[in-house]
Amino acid sequence: MSTRKFAESHEWIDVDADGVGTVGISDFAQSALGDIVFVELPTVGRTVAAKEEVAVVESVKSVSDIYSPVSGEIVAVNEELTGQPEAINAAAESTAWLFKIKLSDASELESLLDPDTYASQQH
Amino acid sequence: MNKRTPLYEQHIAAGGKLVDFAGWDMPINYGSQIAEHKQVREHAGVFDVSHMNVVDVEGPDALPFLRRLVTNDPIKLEPGKALYTCMLNEKGGVVDDLIVYCLDSYYRLVVNCATGEKDLAWMQKHSAGFDVTLTHRPELAILAVHGPQSIAIVCSLLDAGSAAIVGGLKNFRAAEIGDTLYARTGYTGELGLELIFPADYAAELWNKLLAAGVKPIGLGARDTLRLEAGMNLYGHDMTEETSPLESNLEQVISWEPADRDFIGRAAVSEHKKLQLEGKLPHLTGLVYEGRGVLREGQRVETDAGSGIITSGSFSPTLNHSIALARIPLGATSCQVDMRGTLVPVRIVKPSFVRFGKKVFE
Repeated sequence: MSTRKFAESHEWIDVDADGVGTVGISDFAQSALGDIVFVELPTVGRTVAAKEEVAVVESVKSVSDIYSPVSGEIVAVNEELTGQPEAINAAAESTAWLFKIKLSDASELESLLDPDTYASQQH
Repeated sequence: MNKRTPLYEQHIAAGGKLVDFAGWDMPINYGSQIAEHKQVREHAGVFDVSHMNVVDVEGPDALPFLRRLVTNDPIKLEPGKALYTCMLNEKGGVVDDLIVYCLDSYYRLVVNCATGEKDLAWMQKHSAGFDVTLTHRPELAILAVHGPQSIAIVCSLLDAGSAAIVGGLKNFRAAEIGDTLYARTGYTGELGLELIFPADYAAELWNKLLAAGVKPIGLGARDTLRLEAGMNLYGHDMTEETSPLESNLEQVISWEPADRDFIGRAAVSEHKKLQLEGKLPHLTGLVYEGRGVLREGQRVETDAGSGIITSGSFSPTLNHSIALARIPLGATSCQVDMRGTLVPVRIVKPSFVRFGKKVFE
């Protein structure tokens, strides 16, 4: 099991042994957004840079861009969320991941936050 | 520190997520805004709206004063009746919207929270020359209990005599029983009551309502409920800079009798001429059934010129986005600039849901 990292822009990433990262939004972020009603996911095969806008999560209250925490190629998206965006409110940091990305530079993980540091920045 | 209503502790106990609302700590939701919205459409919910302002108007000149102050004509009222209206400034802009309740020996006005101080100063200033007393009543709590089951549940908490009176109230009617005002008014498009009463009883009544199956509802759902009902929000759909004729409020202007000189009458009469020439924009409803949510401030492009969304959100009842927008009169086709992309939207009458059902074509 990998160590989870967080971006300051509220995404989390778990990276497996093959260098594929699973990305979602934090529980703090889903709580701040409130009821989520639409999700726009990236296209599989797209190459993205770290901190690039790759997805959109829209709640009743507001719309929020989701940034990729790392550079790489999008290899999968969580299609179930398109029909059930509210799943993010229920399981933001587990089953309601947004996309998987094949990392092109694993050293980018070092600039991300560990869970305790991320948690200490939220209030 | 922010102001707190008498139900602050109850909001915390119910899991309320408190946010700053015009200097008050108010619950935005108690978990899920959508669940709360549906609770009101399908069953019954209670909103703590004690942050709103109650102003009682008494004295021999109360009626002439109010006939000068507001656009709708309070001469239509008799004890036990209520009137939705607005107050205009001399330019014909909206100072606030309010409800005027006519009671046995006085009138009760309920005005918005954020505009309270401004409204009180405005009323005091314009009461000069009238023999009236204005009394702000911050010691009163206000609960709105709305939803198809709401009236039956409130009546189940009352003695038989009171229940018969409250259960028999028609829309926009009110009854004072003891020190509680029960009024068939609200901001959701559902059946319901607003209760105005001494804050000392607030926690007890709140707890009884919850025990009877009524769920607490936050300001988030209050906003989506009122938007579905096509009701304006002050500061968004109407402001001091907009004419009531640009805000779908003509029905609250009494033009007759022609010699009643309400504040702003001259200016709004000029707006009426512009409207008849097709030169005044109007507030209309927009419907977008695609993916994405219409938002306040988004630009609207029509075949008759551009406009702006004044309120927009996701409609939990309809499962797509709806909005109120100010657009040129006569526009027939319409697109909204949604984050850089023009999306086609439908123009509908500004009322989307009543009594749980879709009402537009």
